[in-house]
Amino acid sequence: MPQRIVIVGAGQGGLQAAVSLRQEGHTGAITLIGSEPHLPYQRPPLSKAYLKTGDANSLRLRPRNFFEDQNIELLLSVTVTRIDPAAQTVEHSVGSVPYDHLILATGTSNLRPDIPGLDRALDLRTLDDAEALREAVSKAQSVAVIGGGFIGLEFAAVARAFGLEVTVAEAASRLMARVVSPEMSDRFLKLHRGMGTTVLLGAPVSCVTETGIVAGDVPVTADLVVLAAGVRPNSEVAERAGLATENGVLTDARLLTSDPAISALGDCAAFPDPTTGRLVRLESVQAATDHARLIARRLVKGDEASYAAVPWFWSDQADSKLQIAGFATPEDEAIVHPDGAVFRFDGDNLSAVETVNAPRIHMQARKLFAKHQRPTRDFLAAHEYEIASMLR
Amino acid sequence: MINVTYIQPDGSETTVTAQPGDSVMQTALNNNIDGIIAECGGSMACATCHVYVEGEWADQTGARMDGEEDMLDCAMSEMKDTSRLSCQIKLTEALDGLRVHIPEEQA
Repeated sequence: MPQRIVIVGAGQGGLQAAVSLRQEGHTGAITLIGSEPHLPYQRPPLSKAYLKTGDANSLRLRPRNFFEDQNIELLLSVTVTRIDPAAQTVEHSVGSVPYDHLILATGTSNLRPDIPGLDRALDLRTLDDAEALREAVSKAQSVAVIGGGFIGLEFAAVARAFGLEVTVAEAASRLMARVVSPEMSDRFLKLHRGMGTTVLLGAPVSCVTETGIVAGDVPVTADLVVLAAGVRPNSEVAERAGLATENGVLTDARLLTSDPAISALGDCAAFPDPTTGRLVRLESVQAATDHARLIARRLVKGDEASYAAVPWFWSDQADSKLQIAGFATPEDEAIVHPDGAVFRFDGDNLSAVETVNAPRIHMQARKLFAKHQRPTRDFLAAHEYEIASMLR
Repeated sequence: MINVTYIQPDGSETTVTAQPGDSVMQTALNNNIDGIIAECGGSMACATCHVYVEGEWADQTGARMDGEEDMLDCAMSEMKDTSRLSCQIKLTEALDGLRVHIPEEQA
């Protein structure tokens, strides 16, 4: 069992790795390195509740004394500059630390497409970003949001509720195109337009100016511009260390990288999907924390099990709670059940179930995937798409 | 001062002091109580902070929130009349002495 474990990245996944290592019984050293000045905190509320309340304390995942009590060395405002896999050392902005095992939980950064004037746009990624954005929103009358994905739309809903004039510019032909069915995209398009938000589709932003943005050919006037055009994995340090990368730090089914002394988890890890074997990189709290638990069990208990957790996602936009169980690609077919749930199919197999304000169906779908992995169309039809009956 | 006692499935108890306004879930996390996973951080999106409120305390902790019952109904351990998502119980002085039981399984 490795004695000295270093975790790079103090987001929710990195923190969970430290917590789970202690819970599994690791008694050796744990060093958790974060580049931000804050104690580890939850990111999902930054585009939701936090924008409304400004309450940063409720985001904190553990109090400061937790780290002392658990003997976890927490380095904040520290940036990792280099990994030396031969010497098994992590070099960072204030020194270096040796490891027997290294866990990369470096997360993602905002994509900053090459758009003139983009430095005028605010990000929504970190607590500091959200704090600055909250302040800016309080002074603005109008806002343009670049990107119609989860974060852009969650922000748009909050800004609209504050009474701002809101425009969302999405380059693709539909909202949240990467993660939901066209039917669900339409449903949320109606929701946002119904709130009075202007939504421009097929409208890539060509420049950000002092007066707003140009989306497609349409000039949009806005006091404030927010960038929410997706993210890219933070894998540069891993790449420079010679680790295999491919849209993230490449891992095997156990979340071990090409170096057997280094694991990777969460948003920065590209790992084989347990049901299809295809490489995936998931941006979710669920994946980050389930990855962390699996890695901790392997390191402490020697459990070499493959990662097999059912993916799930959520997004709160105005009064609509979107929940997704499973993981579909944009091409997957969609069948809309009369009760509103959308069943996605990859060929003959169910890949995801999308619901709005239907937590029961969502939870049942997660159980279904846990039990049957990839149920077939025939199986679903035989049960008339009633998930409860499939679980009996 | 608000004390909360968490009772594990094996009967072992841990009593901790909570900050007013914190939830029963947050208090468990702050004190490294086993068995409260709290994956979604209190957004009522996951049902991994399920607890059974002990005896008469169930009257004090109030009614379930909208949607809470649907989540509980699908939690890993059986839903009982006393089941709550601990993220939805906010602690006040009136709850000093609260006792909650942690179910066998959360996820």
